[in-house]
Amino acid sequence: MADVSATLDLADRTREADDPHSPVVRFSANKPLRLDAGVDFGPWQIAYQTYGTLNAARNNAVLICHALTGDQHVVNDHPVTGKPGWWETMVGAGRPIDTERYFVICPNVVGGCMGSSGPASTNPATGMPWGLDFPVITVRDMVRAQAMLLDHLGIESVFAVAGGSMGGMQVLQWAASYPQRVFAALPIAASTRHSAQNIAFHEVGRQAVMADPDWRGGRYFAEGTNPRRGLAVARMGAHITYLSDAALHRKFGRRFQDRDNPTFSFDADFQVESYLRHQGITFVERFDANSYLYLTRAMDYFDLAGDYDGVVGKAFRGTPTRFCVISFTSDWLFPTPESRAIVHALNAAGARVSFAEITTDKGHDAFLLDEPELFAIVRGFLAGAEKARGLSAG
Amino acid sequence: MLSRVKYDLTMAEAARGPGGSRVDLLAVADMVSHGARVLDVGCGDGELLRLLETRGVDGRGIELSREGVNECVAKGLAVVQGDADTDLEDYPNDAFDFVILSQTLQATRQPRVVLEHMLRIGRHGIVSFPNFGHWKIRLQIFFGGHMPHTDNLPYAWWETPNIHFCSIKDFRELCHAVGARMEEAVALNAWGRRMRLKMPWWFWNLFGEQAVFLLSRRG
Repeated sequence: MADVSATLDLADRTREADDPHSPVVRFSANKPLRLDAGVDFGPWQIAYQTYGTLNAARNNAVLICHALTGDQHVVNDHPVTGKPGWWETMVGAGRPIDTERYFVICPNVVGGCMGSSGPASTNPATGMPWGLDFPVITVRDMVRAQAMLLDHLGIESVFAVAGGSMGGMQVLQWAASYPQRVFAALPIAASTRHSAQNIAFHEVGRQAVMADPDWRGGRYFAEGTNPRRGLAVARMGAHITYLSDAALHRKFGRRFQDRDNPTFSFDADFQVESYLRHQGITFVERFDANSYLYLTRAMDYFDLAGDYDGVVGKAFRGTPTRFCVISFTSDWLFPTPESRAIVHALNAAGARVSFAEITTDKGHDAFLLDEPELFAIVRGFLAGAEKARGLSAG
Repeated sequence: MLSRVKYDLTMAEAARGPGGSRVDLLAVADMVSHGARVLDVGCGDGELLRLLETRGVDGRGIELSREGVNECVAKGLAVVQGDADTDLEDYPNDAFDFVILSQTLQATRQPRVVLEHMLRIGRHGIVSFPNFGHWKIRLQIFFGGHMPHTDNLPYAWWETPNIHFCSIKDFRELCHAVGARMEEAVALNAWGRRMRLKMPWWFWNLFGEQAVFLLSRRG
């Protein structure tokens, strides 16, 4: 198999990071992004997609926060892969997050590789991609950047912030950092802090990337290589954690792939192996290996209580935001007790909170999939919030 | 402190009242003041919360069954999945004006603990429950020799979620034990109209099918 990426020149490989197929706001060095790492980072940029129309009162904006390997292309075809958007089940005309009613905004997170500043972006000082010279970022940095984007767009406050997984962490951070700017918050399959087990999974993924000789200490752009195998292995491992034993068994069982008998080799005899290899290969087409390191790190560092004397409830004290916390029975990456801890903290803070656990065998990724109960709950929650906000469509 | 209790118990119309709400829920809702913050423990499908919302109440709910919770949240109600026996301890003191246990107390494992939490979390508590001292139940046990079946208690003994039955008399004893002040009590009957009678407790213990108590912390 030819290594296609190695034949692409540097400009091709970093184009989406610098000049994305999305609107992008560029902030000059005198409007830096203040990072938790203690750096005032600038110049910097943030790419985003919008769907629907902002109403005259400018109060129907819904901010979508994407997950680790997601991006801003929520409901449009992906500019690199050509595949449909990642949340078309949830967002769109007539969907629970209805683009006929709401002005939906989804920014690419900083540290990402689809147009917001990240390790694949060009460092203006060197003309080369930042690589590991990019500062380490946190979930709070992502949210701070999004707040600056909303300022730029003239959106004082959003009707709702919604997201799953790392997106849910951003939702919680939004509610904690900017309670007056968030009317309703939907953290789905999320947690107030990344668990030891999840940090461990991430570390395995990072080590897989770094063990690839093509990683070159993070300088693979400069050296004309691409740690595709390492990143693919990281993706394969992570992908297992997004599913469940039951879902894997239902989808693949022990069935063979295009053969009737084992080959007595290390080919992908089993369908599940073939599936995972496919997941790995398609992922590296669109994702930057260093971005994967930075974003997994940001999730690892996430611990909301850490900023509030170790008490999560203090992050939400007196919050005016209404919350809808959702978890899935078969999610072992962000299991229901993590969501219960969010609810506990919100109750202690006197917040208006709903919490539902949805029965499914689809694991963590259920938030991206066709889950009618999830849609009914999101619809109901948003309808209730609309009434409370006095929001009218359009 | 029986003498201080306003024990002019009321018989209210059973089945459905105005607006189609269950009449025991109307009796509960009538005890809640306008604009109050309310926690409904065991809120089921959210019927009471909806009724309260139409009366300007800021309502929250806890419900054990996943179906109930999801139905409530889909209706736009602020309801969390939880267990009265284990999750009330997570709520801070004085978080609510009223905490309601509508047909819930008899299904808890530790009614006394639940009642104590209720009076800690809320300034007032409202408890409604089926009265096991009702004459029909007494007759069924006495003459039938079996666990009672009524419209309010339709379950067989081996499948009932109601594991801690009590009579009005029993409940009053628990109120004394936990130091709850009984501010108001209403007995509901299947056919009775709304009446205000000065009758002794034994009468209500015999003729009330259900009871609704408004409680507060003593002192």
